[in-house]
Amino acid sequence: MRVTVIDYKAGNLTSVLKALRHLGAEPEVTDCDLAMVEAAERIVLPGVGHFAATERLDETGLTPAIRAAIARGVPFLGICVGMQWLYAGSSEAPQQPGLGHFPESCTRFIESPEKVPHVGWNSLEVHNGSRLLAGVEPGEYVYFTHSYKGPVTEDTAATTFYIEPFAAAVERGNVMGVQFHPEKSGATGLKILGNFLGVSR
Amino acid sequence: MITKRIIACLDCHDGRVVKGVQFVDIIDAGDPATQAARHARDGADEIVLLDITATHEGRATLLDTVRRTARELFVPFCVGGGIRTADDAAQVFEAGADKISVNSAALADPMLIDAIGRSFGAQAVVVAIDARRDPEAADPVHDAQVFVQGGRKPAGRRVVEWAREAEQRGAGEILLTSMNSDGMRTGFDCELTAAVSEAVGIPVIASGGAGTVDHFVDVFGRGKADAALAASIFHFGVSSARSLKEELAKAGVSVRLPC
Repeated sequence: MRVTVIDYKAGNLTSVLKALRHLGAEPEVTDCDLAMVEAAERIVLPGVGHFAATERLDETGLTPAIRAAIARGVPFLGICVGMQWLYAGSSEAPQQPGLGHFPESCTRFIESPEKVPHVGWNSLEVHNGSRLLAGVEPGEYVYFTHSYKGPVTEDTAATTFYIEPFAAAVERGNVMGVQFHPEKSGATGLKILGNFLGVSR
Repeated sequence: MITKRIIACLDCHDGRVVKGVQFVDIIDAGDPATQAARHARDGADEIVLLDITATHEGRATLLDTVRRTARELFVPFCVGGGIRTADDAAQVFEAGADKISVNSAALADPMLIDAIGRSFGAQAVVVAIDARRDPEAADPVHDAQVFVQGGRKPAGRRVVEWAREAEQRGAGEILLTSMNSDGMRTGFDCELTAAVSEAVGIPVIASGGAGTVDHFVDVFGRGKADAALAASIFHFGVSSARSLKEELAKAGVSVRLPC
């Protein structure tokens, strides 16, 4: 199965590619080839690091290409900053708009005695009906590393609590995002990536 | 609820896992890829591979070992040892590491922390600090000194101050090793770990001295550690991360179980 992985120079793709291959998918990587996005059967937008890096998606013309792919029903998975990009924006880089597929914006964890970034394994409270998180039992753990997060809304597929409740996963139709790193979340993460590979157009 | 991480550490030399006592008397403890896979299967929350000889022998990190170890590893994987430049770091990431740790090179050129953080994100930069306290010092905790080159040379920096600077420069985590406790199995340096953990807003991984379950309970409580690293306790089948975590859960520590 072909999976188009978008490289926008925000961190390291190796782990995501490795996990996809482990599941039998054939990932292809592009950093600016619009034709590959136009022909994509399934898109993964990874990303660790700073929200400002998503500016590259605008510069290369990938943003409208991805928007069109989503409109065609191509299954889309954003990971970490890739999930945050699905929202209208992030206070991490206020001048940089996101895709706006979800109308809310991402914000930093509120000031508290707790440490930020939120690093480590935390549990998921999965909302009913999520296809991405099918088979994930209450309290299964996944690996997070982030300082910004999306709000809990009707599109939230799973909530996690750290300092405050936030969207650990978002899902509407074939547009999905995870704040955690499924490629680094052991058997639970592989199950979630496998679910994404099973989503049909 | 966020859990306390148990990190399995593989000290490597010439592509083999080794274990020493207070950084000397090194003995062979297996193949890194095999050991990493076993630790992940046995419930470790993360794997750290430290090339302990890379710095003072001037060798590059063992990219082949990293590639082989990363291949089928689906938990976070951190690699340290001999990373001197952002290009060195890029090669290690390319080989499959999720995080890198820098130690001597960051002390020689603190801008290295900024540079790697800019390219790969703060979450990917772990600043490793080898700490030694002098029991004779007026304030042994706050006067604890940073050592470099595999613990051979004082860096002329106080541990707590260096940890703070590392955070300001964009480190994502601190890996704090107590050289006084390392390999002794007499417990972590909880006082020093707590001092560093209170001084910074990023996670602190405690290292050096793990011998019993109570040592971990202590460092997560009194030591305010976010994660703890262990090497010798897991080698030679002494214990697994899973059984350690089951004991920790009984003692009221939040850990990832089942795993």
